[in-house]
Amino acid sequence: MRRVLLTQRKNEHAVPLRFQHRILDGLRRKVSNVSQLKNKDDKLIGQVPDNRGHFGIYGGKFVAETLMVPLQELQDAYDKYLDDPDFIAELDADLQNYVGRPSPLYLAEGWTRHLGGAQIYLKREDLNHTGAHKVNNTIGQALLAKRLGKTRIIAETGAGQHGVATATVAARLGLKCVIYMGAVDIARQAINVYRMKLLGAEVVSVESGSKTLKDALNEAMRDWVSNIDNTFYIIGTVAGPHPYPAMVRDFQAIIGREARQQIQQQAGRFPDALIACVGGGSNAIGLFYPFLDDKDVAIYGVEAAGDGLDSGRHAAPLCAGRPGVLHGNRTYLMEDDDGQIIETHSVSAGLDYPGVGPEHAWLKDIGRAEYVAIDDDEALQAFHDLTRIEGIIPALESSHALAYATKLAPTMDKEQIIIVNLSGRGDKDIHTVAALEGIEV
Amino acid sequence: MSRIKNCFDKLKTRNRKALIPYVTAGDSDPTVTVPLMHAMVNAGADIIELGVPFSDPMADGPVIQRAAERALEHHVSLRDVLTMVTEFRQQDSHTPVVLMGYLNPVEVMGYTVFAEAAAQAGVDGVLTVDLPPEEAETLVATLRSQQLDPIFLLAPTSDDERIKLICEAASGYVYYVAIKGVTGAGNLDVQAVADKLEQIRKHTDLPVGVGFGIKDAESAAAVAAVADAVVVGSALVQKVEQAAGQHDRINAEIAGLLMQMRAGI
Repeated sequence: MRRVLLTQRKNEHAVPLRFQHRILDGLRRKVSNVSQLKNKDDKLIGQVPDNRGHFGIYGGKFVAETLMVPLQELQDAYDKYLDDPDFIAELDADLQNYVGRPSPLYLAEGWTRHLGGAQIYLKREDLNHTGAHKVNNTIGQALLAKRLGKTRIIAETGAGQHGVATATVAARLGLKCVIYMGAVDIARQAINVYRMKLLGAEVVSVESGSKTLKDALNEAMRDWVSNIDNTFYIIGTVAGPHPYPAMVRDFQAIIGREARQQIQQQAGRFPDALIACVGGGSNAIGLFYPFLDDKDVAIYGVEAAGDGLDSGRHAAPLCAGRPGVLHGNRTYLMEDDDGQIIETHSVSAGLDYPGVGPEHAWLKDIGRAEYVAIDDDEALQAFHDLTRIEGIIPALESSHALAYATKLAPTMDKEQIIIVNLSGRGDKDIHTVAALEGIEV
Repeated sequence: MSRIKNCFDKLKTRNRKALIPYVTAGDSDPTVTVPLMHAMVNAGADIIELGVPFSDPMADGPVIQRAAERALEHHVSLRDVLTMVTEFRQQDSHTPVVLMGYLNPVEVMGYTVFAEAAAQAGVDGVLTVDLPPEEAETLVATLRSQQLDPIFLLAPTSDDERIKLICEAASGYVYYVAIKGVTGAGNLDVQAVADKLEQIRKHTDLPVGVGFGIKDAESAAAVAAVADAVVVGSALVQKVEQAAGQHDRINAEIAGLLMQMRAGI
């Protein structure tokens, strides 16, 4: 996969000055703070993380000693198999024949007309097997687990999408599977809980702390440290200790690699902007990463503003948090003045997480990506609009990215192009949306 | 000389092993802690490990997780813990106190501010569970500048290379985690511990404490036969939980268990 990334073609298309100014200003403003970026022409792809897992000051390995050697073994295995033609061939075949890749890039003409600005293309990760981008990563990590001779898979899950994607690949490979899920999330994602059980996974309800995704991650880590000899921990996002943020990014980068080719085939040019929602940030980094050196492509990550950034009830660490250390890495966090992690809120369980992948923290600080926030009401409006205008029911997570497109597109010219990552389908959210409208399904 | 080194040197001349109890600061409420620290010293504790409550204690089992939750219900912060140590020092100037916790509260306070305040309060050592030596360079230097001992964990999975790295970064003592797991879990295999300690001692002259899985006088005695110090946490914290809110009962039950352990080691 790295080889493909290293041979990307140069961006041949000129982009309006207004975007160029924004990007260059951003880089000039931030560049002095970041040692790795010596000048604005430095390539970003392949630059981070360093061999200790650092993305600038972010990332790293902040775990108890027992996990340090297993993490090194994981990294060694990952480095080895990434250069192993048999492994890559098996991964590619699974992505094509089991997941259904490549996923389409779809020009949403009706919605583009409705918004009256830039053309909007949707990267259809919702059409993957299991209904979201999560499976791109679980397929890859499960193949690693098999190569390492592990017989038991564990994972954490928030909305249940990563849990389902993990249970799916475990079923297929005949591996025992245990999924940790916060008690609060189990209550609001009953369908996904049942899906995981149908797939043969054991779903463990996590009753500690805030009983949501962050606590499920704590519990999965505790399981891993207790069962490291036979267990492989499939982390579902680009967070956690090194090598997870880099490994999950590399497995998800297929989204951006495909989109980069597809947009050139369909539109004959590169996009002007990319938009993706950011919880932990795996679908976003998957789309963004292959475009990082296409400096004329503006990049927007959309966090969950919940009830609004001013309300304090949100899940937007990049927009309204500050750096700290949680779950094995240094990154932006939602925390109080004593350094305790605070509870987050979002209508979408998949974005309801107090941290964010360290590479996003780094991209924010160097100014290569801009992070914005969309509140619950705006996301719900986008959910309904896309459903009615395009006949596509998006996940509430993805609806945050769509909602930002409704703000950005009208400020751009009709010749310009935005790619929005439609990271998952919304079937799992039907009950949540209906309940908000007072409808019993 | 550091209070911790002094403590181990004295024990050595008397051919005694150190008993190191752990309790979470502010559990079951903030007024419990300082009297409990004194009670533990009276019952035979040589060094006290004081847990700093954190919202996401990833390396801890359910017993210590719940202790942190009880303390956080009272909003016990790192600054509050330092205040407790200051208060403890008014009556006890010789028993070493080690803070054990997670990195984020220290990050938020700032390394320098924390180290100065900890030294001022009378803290002797700092163990940040989720900070391996690879990431600890700055904090270790900052702690040392205030004569605080950085304490590090060693695990069954640590190989020779890592043992060397960790022992070079540590001072005071090193803490061997006897089981692959979280605090309070499982039963330890004393022979396996003895083998690992032999491997560790090839790399360091620092005293080696052993913890995780020590539940009673018997397991404490077995570990003390091979280690320089016995660390007991969850077994004590469980007693705090059972007697939550009853200060005298907490002190009595914990002192009772420590005295049994002291007699056995």
